[in-house]
Amino acid sequence: MNKEKAVEISSLTYRYPDGNLALQDVNLSIFAGESVAIIGHNGAGKSTLLLHLNGILKENGAVKIFGKPVNGKNLKGIRRMVGMVFQDPDDQLFCPTVYDDVVFGPINMGMNNKEAKERVTEVLGRIGLSGFEKRSAHHMSAGEKKRAAIATVLSMEPKILIFDEPTSNLDPKMRRVLIDLIKSFPETKIIVSHDLPIALELCQRIVILEKGRVVEDGSVKDILGKREVLERYEIDPSYHCQFCDMFKS
Amino acid sequence: MKHSFLDNYSDISSVIHGLDPRVKIVGFFFLTVVCVSTPPSSYFSFGVYFVLLLGVLILSRLPFHHVFGRSMVVIPFVLMVAVFIPFLKKDVIGGGYNLGIGGLTVSNSGLMVLWNVVIKSYMGVLCMILLSSTVPFPKLLKGFEDLGLPKIFTTIASFMYRYVFIITDEAQRMKRARDSRCFGGKWIWHSKVIGHMIGTLFIRSYERGERVYVAMLSRGFDGDLKGKEGAQRLRPRDYIFLSVLIPIVTGVRLMV
Repeated sequence: MNKEKAVEISSLTYRYPDGNLALQDVNLSIFAGESVAIIGHNGAGKSTLLLHLNGILKENGAVKIFGKPVNGKNLKGIRRMVGMVFQDPDDQLFCPTVYDDVVFGPINMGMNNKEAKERVTEVLGRIGLSGFEKRSAHHMSAGEKKRAAIATVLSMEPKILIFDEPTSNLDPKMRRVLIDLIKSFPETKIIVSHDLPIALELCQRIVILEKGRVVEDGSVKDILGKREVLERYEIDPSYHCQFCDMFKS
Repeated sequence: MKHSFLDNYSDISSVIHGLDPRVKIVGFFFLTVVCVSTPPSSYFSFGVYFVLLLGVLILSRLPFHHVFGRSMVVIPFVLMVAVFIPFLKKDVIGGGYNLGIGGLTVSNSGLMVLWNVVIKSYMGVLCMILLSSTVPFPKLLKGFEDLGLPKIFTTIASFMYRYVFIITDEAQRMKRARDSRCFGGKWIWHSKVIGHMIGTLFIRSYERGERVYVAMLSRGFDGDLKGKEGAQRLRPRDYIFLSVLIPIVTGVRLMV
């Protein structure tokens, strides 16, 4: 299996301006088409790692996206390839209407109005929000907002989709809809979550981050299948049982 | 959380709602400016302006209580500023009271100033309520943009529109959390807690601002606000609206 590397992180260390070490010597490669879950406790450095993937935070040469180093010169192309869905849709939907939000990316990429409009219609259809163009995000439910936030990213046709806590604040029914939706995307997916069942369902690979370091990196079976690994990182061992049940049936 | 609107009733359908936003912006601003420039003594002109606005109101099928209810909001502020002028202005005395502690007199020109302030501000507010209740906010911004207002201004206003209720909700939640913990005691203690709440609200809004900016950067924002859509062409009814409104208002104004 000699696949193209979608993300290549080599010895990435990042210190916050106040001196706190957020990431320490992170090495990670994610291949095209893979779905990877990054899990870890609060403050483990997950979000900081994400911000490096599209160049919001930059450490020279440490991160490459499809072979391109993330630096000032490549920034535009990188952000086009990496679609980031943030945790709080209210941060992502900042325009007066859903249409304006979804069209924001394509217009910034230099697409003309007519093409961009077609793109919006297509993406909203794909996400199940046709007819929401004129709606204001303030008057939508949490599930609708979450999907609209995903649409704002899909409209840029990224090659890598990154989800930060995709199911936070969703009821079980909406959570299911969202998981099925994410499952349907063929792109390379990186999912950051506390929600291990999601990792189980959507990902083939799990990376555990602790105190800014990658401490485990392996297939779902390798990680969730070993009780001692979960115990070592204080992850609820009941997931181990869930996992075993899943494989028995 | 509560679903609030700045632009209630802006999506019902009526002749006025169907007009192009630009036409309504120009029309209502024109009326406001002319009204402000009218001498206070030409009561007839104000009567005509009011009838015109009433006509627009009826055509727009907005509920009366909505428009007049909202317009009342401004009256206390105007009165607070202007209500003492008739008593303080020294001029031809129109009348007076003797309260036993010395005279309290009302001057004619002072009364005129009060009338002037009240009627003009009221007309202005009525115009703005009719404008904001007949155009959905995003379209209003688009209208201003098409009229040549720089995109940076309309963008700031659009962020305001997007986040004002989110911040209000946040403040509401904080208030609820405070009340749930049996908020009570002396006013001095209150003021301290309220101060903390305002501070927290500020920091949260500031942090949200940062997160929104990161979300913008992630979608290719480079400091340049792009995407100005071409303006739609005006239709006959838009011309009819202006060609009825502007000559009447101008005519009435020039008569005095």
